[in-house]
Amino acid sequence: MASLTRKKRTILPGFGLSMGYTVFYLSAIVIVPLSMVFLNTLHMGVQPFINAVTSPRVLASYKLSFSAAFFAAIFDAFAGFLVSWVLVRYRFPGRKLLDSLVDLPFALPTAVAGICFATLYSPVGWLGQFADKWHIGIINTPTGIVIALIFIGFPFVVRTLQPVLEELEPEIEESAYCLGATRLQTFRKILLPHLFPALLTGATLAFARSIGEYGSVIFIAGNLPMKTEIAPLMIMSKLDQFDYAGASAVALVLLLLSFAMLLVLNGVQDWQQKANH
Amino acid sequence: MKFHTIKKITFITSLLISTGLQSADALAATAPATLLNVSYDPTRELYQSENAAFTQYWHKQTGQSVVINQSHGGSGKQARAVIDGLEADVVTLALAYDIDAIADSGLLSQDWQKKLAFNSTPYTSTIVFVVRKGNPKQIRNWDDLAKQGVSVITPNPKTSGGARWNYLAAWGYKQKQTGSTEQAKNFIKSLYRNVPVLDTGARGSTLTFTQRGLGDVLIAWENEAHLILKEFGADKYEIVLPPVSILAEPPVAVVDKNVAKHGTRKLADAYLNFLYTPEAQEIIAKNYYRPRSAAALKKYAANFPNIKLFTINEVFGNWRSAQKTHFNDGGVFDQIYVP
Repeated sequence: MASLTRKKRTILPGFGLSMGYTVFYLSAIVIVPLSMVFLNTLHMGVQPFINAVTSPRVLASYKLSFSAAFFAAIFDAFAGFLVSWVLVRYRFPGRKLLDSLVDLPFALPTAVAGICFATLYSPVGWLGQFADKWHIGIINTPTGIVIALIFIGFPFVVRTLQPVLEELEPEIEESAYCLGATRLQTFRKILLPHLFPALLTGATLAFARSIGEYGSVIFIAGNLPMKTEIAPLMIMSKLDQFDYAGASAVALVLLLLSFAMLLVLNGVQDWQQKANH
Repeated sequence: MKFHTIKKITFITSLLISTGLQSADALAATAPATLLNVSYDPTRELYQSENAAFTQYWHKQTGQSVVINQSHGGSGKQARAVIDGLEADVVTLALAYDIDAIADSGLLSQDWQKKLAFNSTPYTSTIVFVVRKGNPKQIRNWDDLAKQGVSVITPNPKTSGGARWNYLAAWGYKQKQTGSTEQAKNFIKSLYRNVPVLDTGARGSTLTFTQRGLGDVLIAWENEAHLILKEFGADKYEIVLPPVSILAEPPVAVVDKNVAKHGTRKLADAYLNFLYTPEAQEIIAKNYYRPRSAAALKKYAANFPNIKLFTINEVFGNWRSAQKTHFNDGGVFDQIYVP
C-alpha cells in the first residue's frame, strides 16, 4: 500500500492540496450557484417545464440568441485575427494605445455600449442616417444584435491569439520561405495550424459570452416578440411576472445548450491538437 | 497639514465620547432613524422633495431626525428585490400587482390596499401622448394610434409596469367605446403593429423617442410627459391629452414584517400618511403627479386638464385579473404577436 502511494506521486508537490482547492473553488464559484437553477425548476413538474421552454416565443429567442452569437463569433475570429496580427508583428507609434483599446469592451458597462450603439445607428444617428437612407435595417433588427455582440466578443479573440502569435517566431516563416513555400502556403500549412486552436478558443469564448449578453443588446434589439427577442430577455420578462420557475426553466435550457456546445468545441480543439502532433 | 489631521481626530473622538455619554433615552431621541423607501424609476425627483419636507415635519413633531433612503428601479424588479430580501420599510411602486406579489410572499398583509385612503394611492397620474411639435400626424385620440403609417413608441408590457398602464388605457378606451372585448383585442393588435421597438422600461422608450428620433407618438405617463418637455425642450414636443384615459394609481404600502424587525412602524406609518397632507400634496402637484386633494388640484389646474378617467377596477376587475388575462405567458399580449 505504502509503496503504491509512493509510486503514484508526481514530481510536482502538492497535488492533493491544490486539487482539493480546485474542486472546492469550482464548486463554490460555479457549481453551487448554477445548481440553484436546477433546484428552482425541480418543483414545477415535467409538463409545465416543457410548456415553458417550448413556447414559440422562447424557441424563437433561443434561435436568435444562438445564431446571432454564432455570426458574431465568426466575424470576431476574422477581425480579431487581423488585429492581433498587426499588434504582434508590426511596430508602429501608438501600438500600446491601440493594444489597450482592445480591452475596453471588457471594462465598459455593457449597457453603456448598448446605448452608444442605439444612438449611433438610430435613424438620426451618425451611421444610422445612411443606413436609413439606403434602407438597411440595423437598429431593432438581428443585424443590430450581431453588431453589439461583435463588440462584446472581440477582445476574447485578440487576447487568446496574441500570446500564441508572439511565441510563433518569424524564423519559422523565413525557413518556410527559404524552402520554397509561397506566402499562401506558409499561411495555410505553417501559420494556421499553429494558430487555429487559439483562434477556436477565442471564438468559443466570444460565442459563449454572447449567448448570455443582455445589457448591450436590449438597447439595440427592439425586443419585438418572435423577431428580436433574445433568450436572456425571455428570462427577464418571466421574472417580471414573478414566474421564478419559468425563468429558471428557460435559463436551464440555455445553460445546457451552451454547455453542450462548449463541450463539442473543446472536443474539436483536442482533436485538432492531436492531428497536429 | 498634520495639525489639521490631529484636530480632526480630536474632533471625531470628542464627538464619539459625547455620544457615548448620553443616556440611552436621549440617544433614541437624537440618533437619526432611517427609513428605506423602495420605489420605481420616475419618482426619484418627487421623493427627493417629499423626503426633505417629511424630515423637517418629523423633526418638528418629535424632535427626532430621520434619514430616508431611496431606491429606484423598474417597478417589477424592485418588488422582486424586496421579496428577495431588500429590507424596505415602505414600498411605493407603479402598480398594485407588484405590491400584491410582495403580499404573496408574506411580507405584508393581503388587504394592504385598504389601509390608506384612496386605495392607498396618495397621488395618481394618467396616460397621455407626446408628439413632435406641430403634431404632424394629427394625433388626437387613441384611434389615431392604430392608423396605418403612424409609428408608436411604448415599452414592453412584459418588463415594464408603466407599459402595462399604457396598454390597459388603450384597451379600456376601446372596450368602453364599443362594449366588446373582441374589438378591443383587434384594436390593441393594430396598435401594437405600429410599435417598431419595445424597450424594457419607460425611460428607455423616452430615449428612443427623443434621442433616437423614432416614432410619431410616445405613450407616456402624464408626469413623464411634462418631464420630457422640461428636459428635452417644449419647442420640440407637445403633450396631447386623449379625451378618455385610465386613472393610473401607483400605490404605497408599509412592509409589515420589515418595520416590525426595524422597529420603524410608527415612522413608516407617519411617512405614508404625510403624503396625504396639504404640504405633500402640493409637492406632488409640482412634480406633475395628480394630487388627491381638491385644493392642490385646483391650484395647479392648468397642469391637469380635465379628461374622462376610468379606473382599472371598472374595466378589468382588479390588477391580478388584468395581469393574468393580458400579460402573463399565453395572455392576450402574447397572442397578438404569436401567429
